[in-house]
Amino acid sequence: MDAIAPPVTRFARTPGVARRERLQAVAKWVFFTMALAMIVPLVAIVVYLLVQAAPSLNWEFLVEVPKKGMREGGIWPAFVGTLYLVAISLAIAAPIGVLAAIYLNEYSRESWFNRVINLAVINLAGVPSIVHALFGLGAFVYAARFGYSIISASLTLAIMTLPVIIASTREALASVPMSFREACWNVGATRWQTIRAVVLPNSISGILTGVILQVSRAAGETAPIMFTGAVFFKAVQRGDWFPYRLGDQCMALSMHLYTVSTQVPNVRESIPYATAVVLLGSVLLVNATAIAVRVWLRGRKKW
Amino acid sequence: MSPTAALSIVTRGLNLWYGSFQALIDVSIGIRERQITSLIGPSGCGKTTLLRCFNRINERFSYVRTTGEIEVLGQSILAPEVSLIELRKAVGMVFQRPNPLPISVYENVVFGLRVHSRRSELRRSELDQAVETALTEVGLWKDLKDRLGARATTLQLEQQQKLCIARLLPLKPEVILMDEPCSALDVEATRAIEELMFTLRERYTIVIVTHNMAQARRASDECIFMLLGEVVEHSPTADLFLNPRKEKTADYIEGRYG
Repeated sequence: MDAIAPPVTRFARTPGVARRERLQAVAKWVFFTMALAMIVPLVAIVVYLLVQAAPSLNWEFLVEVPKKGMREGGIWPAFVGTLYLVAISLAIAAPIGVLAAIYLNEYSRESWFNRVINLAVINLAGVPSIVHALFGLGAFVYAARFGYSIISASLTLAIMTLPVIIASTREALASVPMSFREACWNVGATRWQTIRAVVLPNSISGILTGVILQVSRAAGETAPIMFTGAVFFKAVQRGDWFPYRLGDQCMALSMHLYTVSTQVPNVRESIPYATAVVLLGSVLLVNATAIAVRVWLRGRKKW
Repeated sequence: MSPTAALSIVTRGLNLWYGSFQALIDVSIGIRERQITSLIGPSGCGKTTLLRCFNRINERFSYVRTTGEIEVLGQSILAPEVSLIELRKAVGMVFQRPNPLPISVYENVVFGLRVHSRRSELRRSELDQAVETALTEVGLWKDLKDRLGARATTLQLEQQQKLCIARLLPLKPEVILMDEPCSALDVEATRAIEELMFTLRERYTIVIVTHNMAQARRASDECIFMLLGEVVEHSPTADLFLNPRKEKTADYIEGRYG
């Protein structure tokens, strides 16, 4: 009886194993589909925008001022206004954020103070922009008496981007191996010498990337500037690079997009889309620069 | 001369806590000048902690608390007037994984000099001389003299570790602390580092933490055996391995635990 038993394959697939393998295949496809779903809307948005904007997209649209109550002409004042707001807000937020992050990561020891700051940074990063807008209105426009102005709007944007800059800078600093710092300390370098000689050169690409990525956020937000310094219309010369002073109100791309799409009747249909393309294009250009800088700096550091 | 004259490092009643955990318990030892002293013992016995006390590198953790006395070269280093910067100049450390800085070989060697001098005080010729002297002393000069501009992190591990030793030398240290300096190295490189330790012994006091019993036996003059934060036995290496005084030491070196 025993001798005629059929030879048994070892390691054969049992029904239980087969079921788990099927499940695994399904899981993989679900995850892949989701990853794909990330790309589809992006491509769709960009293509749709470009097609809709095509009739208005030309150099004139960028450098011309709006005409006939926004129904004709270009977006120059809004474009320059956004440049101002983003540049000034980052000029304020980047140094404060980076220096604060250096203190938190390199100097401060584990303490209640450090934990409070961490908590504050995390919570500030989660505050909705409309709340920042109200804060900016109260703090800068009224309390500090800056009025509705570029400086108020920039400060508000700076407050908004600051926590994220602190967080990304800390991450960049933390990625520098501890052994480099120990090597420095063990020849008697002070913390500051260590930071200058080793920590900053090896984290600067990460720090810059974090800062530059905030450009897109600052450029895209509408609420904080609408409450504090951005206006519906401002008369400006065509192609003028310096139309505003710090105390002036200004136009901005995000705000302009909002007004031409919802507040002005009978706008040529391609104008809002073209405005969106300019906004998106500027942001992508800045991000591409960030990536290029990162790649360049990365190429110089190796360990 | 008093008997302490030949001691580079002395601790008396040294206790150290990480938070509420006591890592060193009443450690009182004397480490001889210009000798190689090994700290041995199973993982977690406090040997690395003790080593790190000698140039106070432990203190960057705020939860570390130390009591007792540590004297290096006759000076109590826990005294408030002691500058950590000057202390670390005299007491350098070599780590488990070679940690050359991601800059050139040349700049690694002169890093200490640059840190401790104003830019205008340093002459190119002095720096060149310092590099040649230090690299010769660790036996790297012949191999690297044409590659001084090479990035230090691209060297072989053995060369990196020697470079890390060379980096300490321009500062004219008195004590070199080594924390398992060979654990990332292969047999040949380990032998090379051990040979280097023997030549360095003529000028420097060397304290080495090692997991490797055979290395302690080969490469040290005295051994300190630690267990659970306490010093169990401190004897000349031959005595400790051949005639251990304590049963715990005998059990450990025979591999009954660890």
